[in-house]
Amino acid sequence: MAILVVAEHDNHSLAPATLNTLAAAKQIGGEIVVLVAGFNAADVASAAAQIAGVSKVLLADDEAYAHQLPENVAPMLANLGRDFSHVLAPATSNGKSILPRVAALLDVDQISEIIAVDSADTFKRPIYAGNAIATVQSSASVKVITVRTTGFDAVAAEGGSAAVEAIGAAHNAEISAFVGEELAKSDRPELTAAKIVVSGGRGMGNGDNFKHLYSLADKLGAAVGASRAAVDAGFVPNDMQVGQTGKIVAPQLYIAVGISGAIQHLAGMKDSKVIVAINKDEEAPIFHVADYGLVADLFEAVPELSDQL
Amino acid sequence: MKVLVAIKRVVDYNVKVRVKADNSSVDLANVKMAMNPFCEIAVEEAVRLKEKGAATEIVVVSVGPTSAQEQLRTALALGADRAILIEAANELHSLAVAKALKAIVDKEQPDLVILGKQAIDSDNNQTGQMLAALTGFAQGTFASKVELAGDKLNVTREIDGGLQTVALNLPAIVTTDLRLNEPRYASLPNIMKAKKKPLETVTPDALGVSLASTNKTLKVEAPAARSAGIKVKSVAELIEKLKNEAKVI
Repeated sequence: MAILVVAEHDNHSLAPATLNTLAAAKQIGGEIVVLVAGFNAADVASAAAQIAGVSKVLLADDEAYAHQLPENVAPMLANLGRDFSHVLAPATSNGKSILPRVAALLDVDQISEIIAVDSADTFKRPIYAGNAIATVQSSASVKVITVRTTGFDAVAAEGGSAAVEAIGAAHNAEISAFVGEELAKSDRPELTAAKIVVSGGRGMGNGDNFKHLYSLADKLGAAVGASRAAVDAGFVPNDMQVGQTGKIVAPQLYIAVGISGAIQHLAGMKDSKVIVAINKDEEAPIFHVADYGLVADLFEAVPELSDQL
Repeated sequence: MKVLVAIKRVVDYNVKVRVKADNSSVDLANVKMAMNPFCEIAVEEAVRLKEKGAATEIVVVSVGPTSAQEQLRTALALGADRAILIEAANELHSLAVAKALKAIVDKEQPDLVILGKQAIDSDNNQTGQMLAALTGFAQGTFASKVELAGDKLNVTREIDGGLQTVALNLPAIVTTDLRLNEPRYASLPNIMKAKKKPLETVTPDALGVSLASTNKTLKVEAPAARSAGIKVKSVAELIEKLKNEAKVI
């Protein structure tokens, strides 16, 4: 039995999260088939076919799948998934919306956000904001799994030459419709894929002060994130939130500025390779996880850091 | 419009849980419990819909132990009209909860079901989507704005790159994200009034629902601890360490 991996994409390009998900599929072992569900997404299917270790790419190309509406994608995916041992998707907002719907249609429980593969039926996943790691065994005939991308190193995007097979099974439930979207436009790298992340917390004081972090980030080629406290205070939009209920990041370098280090925030960044904390409160819990701590006024330290880089 | 809100009793979000010595689960003895924060947002949204005249009745439901009555009473104090507890003592997985909620949806015929996007204990983020699959309803997950527009529900969703708006046919399922609203506190008079509001208890058996799961938790461990590093004295020293010791810049 083969493994079906759902590609993450925007109908034009394949998102890197797919490559991390494929790494999890490789650890499970078996033939790997990638599904691209989208509209005018042939380029995505061609990119998926280049990935090393992919044996086949299925392309479900229909207007009904243009915006990944779960009402339309899930029934098609559930139908397809019956013939596979595992159905995997990255734990992105699309994966998290669609896959539980697929699991319920298949009458199985999903295993959410795995960070390790113990065997083909046993996986590790964080619970309680990462304060505990559960080992979960699934007896489901089709194992439906979302993959926390920070738990797996991406596979090579090239080296394969799989065939692309169009599947005709278009499903339009006609109970939901896409109205519009407002995507943040930024020249900086995407938060979950960036090698360096600079994040600000309540200590930033206001949204305007984030300019200090943007100029530091631009010096480092970094993405900018925020704690929930900074989002709740209205400093920055929610798509910048790092933490249990926001994005999970694990960059090479994470610089936490004016962030106290609540467990909910640590849940989103503690797997970063190197953590730097800049905070004027030397008792802040963030210093317990930081490799390098600097007790200083961020409004002096951050501009100084930008200047010296 | 009738609104059904599903809530969960969980460990209070301020509690730092510890894993039991036998690695069977986390230790919940004598730990403060509360309504899941995302469920509080779900209750608040329903109450606001009622205050605007869009909702006529709010039914709140929980699947859990007898003690979950506390959280149902809290929801009643916040403005729900009546409560249903589906009493189940064991560890429940999302599909079983979704099936139990489906039985209530069949009985109550709500036009809208609001749930939290995830519970902060199991961190699954599944139940709303599963209930949508079982009922065949449209779903608006991770909602930051919910608006009735004629016979449709416009839901603005928090997605990875920003915001997305979808129009859903009713009945629909909505799961809440943090920015949807700021939940109110229950006032003392409302807490007193809530004691008199109806709270019905049913069993999964009576609803004809199986709580079986294909998932089994084999063990629960503490995560690998990250040890504290060093304090640097200056920005210059920090840059030197990042360049020469950590080699990350």
